Amino acid sequence: MAQMNMVQAINDALRVAMRRDARVVLLGEDVGRVGGVFRVTSGLSEEFGEDRVVDTPLSENGIIGTAIGMALYGLVPVPEIQFADFIYPAYDQIVNELAKYRYRSGGDHSAKMVIRTPVGGGIRGGHYHSQHPEAAFVQVPGLKVVCPSNPYDAKGLLLAAIEDPDPVLFFEPKRVYRAAKGDVPEGQYLVPLESARVVREGADLTLIGYGAMLYEALDAAHKAAEQGVDCEVIDLRTLWPVDIHMLLESVKKTGRLVVVHEAPKTGGFGGELVSLICEKAFYHLQAPPVRVTGFDTPFPYALEMEYLPLSHRILPAVLEVVRA
Amino acid sequence: MTAPSTRPSLPPTFESDVVRVFGDDHELSEEHDPRLSEEEIVTLYRYMCMTRQIDERFIALQRQGRVGFHVGSLGEEATIIGSAYALRPKDWVFPCYREFGAALLRGFPLQRLVDNVFGNKNDVVKGRQMPHHYTSRQIGWASISSPVGTQITQAVGFSWAAKLQKHDTVSLVYFGEGATSSSDFHSGMNFAGVFRVPVVLLCRNNGWAISVPSERQTASHTFAEKAQAYGIPGIRVDGNDVLAVLSVTRRAVARAAAGLGPTMIEAITYRMGGHSTSDDPNRYRGASDTEPWRLLDPIERLYDFLCGKGIWSPEQDQQLKTQVADDFKAAVQAAEGTSPPALETLFDDVYESLPWHLVEQRAQLLAGPRSPSGH
Repeated sequence: MAQMNMVQAINDALRVAMRRDARVVLLGEDVGRVGGVFRVTSGLSEEFGEDRVVDTPLSENGIIGTAIGMALYGLVPVPEIQFADFIYPAYDQIVNELAKYRYRSGGDHSAKMVIRTPVGGGIRGGHYHSQHPEAAFVQVPGLKVVCPSNPYDAKGLLLAAIEDPDPVLFFEPKRVYRAAKGDVPEGQYLVPLESARVVREGADLTLIGYGAMLYEALDAAHKAAEQGVDCEVIDLRTLWPVDIHMLLESVKKTGRLVVVHEAPKTGGFGGELVSLICEKAFYHLQAPPVRVTGFDTPFPYALEMEYLPLSHRILPAVLEVVRA
Repeated sequence: MTAPSTRPSLPPTFESDVVRVFGDDHELSEEHDPRLSEEEIVTLYRYMCMTRQIDERFIALQRQGRVGFHVGSLGEEATIIGSAYALRPKDWVFPCYREFGAALLRGFPLQRLVDNVFGNKNDVVKGRQMPHHYTSRQIGWASISSPVGTQITQAVGFSWAAKLQKHDTVSLVYFGEGATSSSDFHSGMNFAGVFRVPVVLLCRNNGWAISVPSERQTASHTFAEKAQAYGIPGIRVDGNDVLAVLSVTRRAVARAAAGLGPTMIEAITYRMGGHSTSDDPNRYRGASDTEPWRLLDPIERLYDFLCGKGIWSPEQDQQLKTQVADDFKAAVQAAEGTSPPALETLFDDVYESLPWHLVEQRAQLLAGPRSPSGH
């Protein structure tokens, strides 16, 4: 098995999907000749040609709007939004059009695509290259939202997303694009959507993370272990629909919960996770759940390492919940 | 019917570049005449009349409180029927929400249209949207969306895909002049131009976007001239001249199918009714605005032409109206007698299959109390 980073694994997934299925087309800003600003689509234009790896004009609503039309024609578009921070011009097309197409047409036809977009901070990107806007999409009926943390999952989840009948928003944590490395099988394999993964088993507390922050959660778990606290760390992988069964199983075992995400706290996805777990497992909880998140401020440039919910902020929260 | 001689020779805003087939003397322009058989022209007339009559009857049903809403095309029948007639069966329509006449022309059953307006269980979209937001893959009719302009980029993507697949399928996208202010108009026109997409972009310039007149949408002299900036031909046509609309649309379709790229058409017409049954146009315009256009009524123009040629008669006209009235009445009776969609269908088609949270919520709805307002 080849060692790959996430950029290579996602590139490999796209290549596998495009070789398997001639309907798969990529479109976006700089995805063709230069292979994407993060090189995720590197070499694909050379292999599949400009008709299947399309450099588009700079217009996010144009990219998603035309991709919807392509999907209606029967293609399987995999558009890229260069940074998740740039996705908002396409929000109407994603929310009102793409996500609703099957429902509003009474099941007569659907528009299936996978929107790839890099997310998250810690790369000195400031407000316009660092946001993690999953909450604004998790609440949209009709969309599935995925956020892998490692190369194996990234490839398997992307291939599963491309095979899935519903539109999928695929968030790629760019802070670990090259830092996360691992074994990646050749060819086609699927990591099922809607399946979380226990990354570290533990008895005292359930620590939920995803994307780049998973590594911060793991680091905090290791440090907590040094202080005798045994954390179970769960990587959500698919944010919505979330693997509720795995979360409940874990919380019923540990009785304690900490949720970590980069996005602002208020109205964030962590609030939904805590609510779901409280609704379904309240009497198993031995302490109030805690969220460790970005602050309710715009994403800052100079102070980003203070803004992000890194290990040094997760560890005290873990210890507090365990000692509550 | 008004005598032809009382009509002005040119619509108020028409200039020499505007394509027309009906001349001042009711002779057809040689250059643009689509050379239809008499039978074909009668077909156009029948669908235009049917569209208007159904419009009027839906409005009456709304006023009686029997349907919640109607959005129609009074005065715009030539633009809608003429353009749709230019399409081939394999071509697709990306509608705005004012083109039910085109759907009927393409074979959408009247009963399904009426079911949609009633939102009953036979509605193709299962009662999930307001009236006139139907869809049908069978007639190549994309799903209708209320926000203006969003269908433009989608039509461009659809036709772009056809081009990538080396098929000669064309799509026709309808939008009002108000939608030319949307970002999707800009993006759609731009992508269509850059990728030479086989799409026909038809702007129904009907003068009004609800209460906002067309001069508030742009400082350009015409809407068609915007096409030039995108490297796309832009053509103005008398939107109340069904043969002219058909002619320019047919050329645009042929051009697209031949791989020569997109065309934008500005059909100059007039919204004789309100924006919808929720609108009262008397609040923002008066008879002096509408009267010049009433004299240019597209149906009356065609009626005069057909009668003048001896291929249509007042008796046939009456028969047609009786037939449409009977068909509509029967469809309404059937729709009113059809129950609403089943409660559990609320959750279908959000995803292809029900995720856990919708299974849970469906069970909660079904086990819970019913709305006191009924459904």
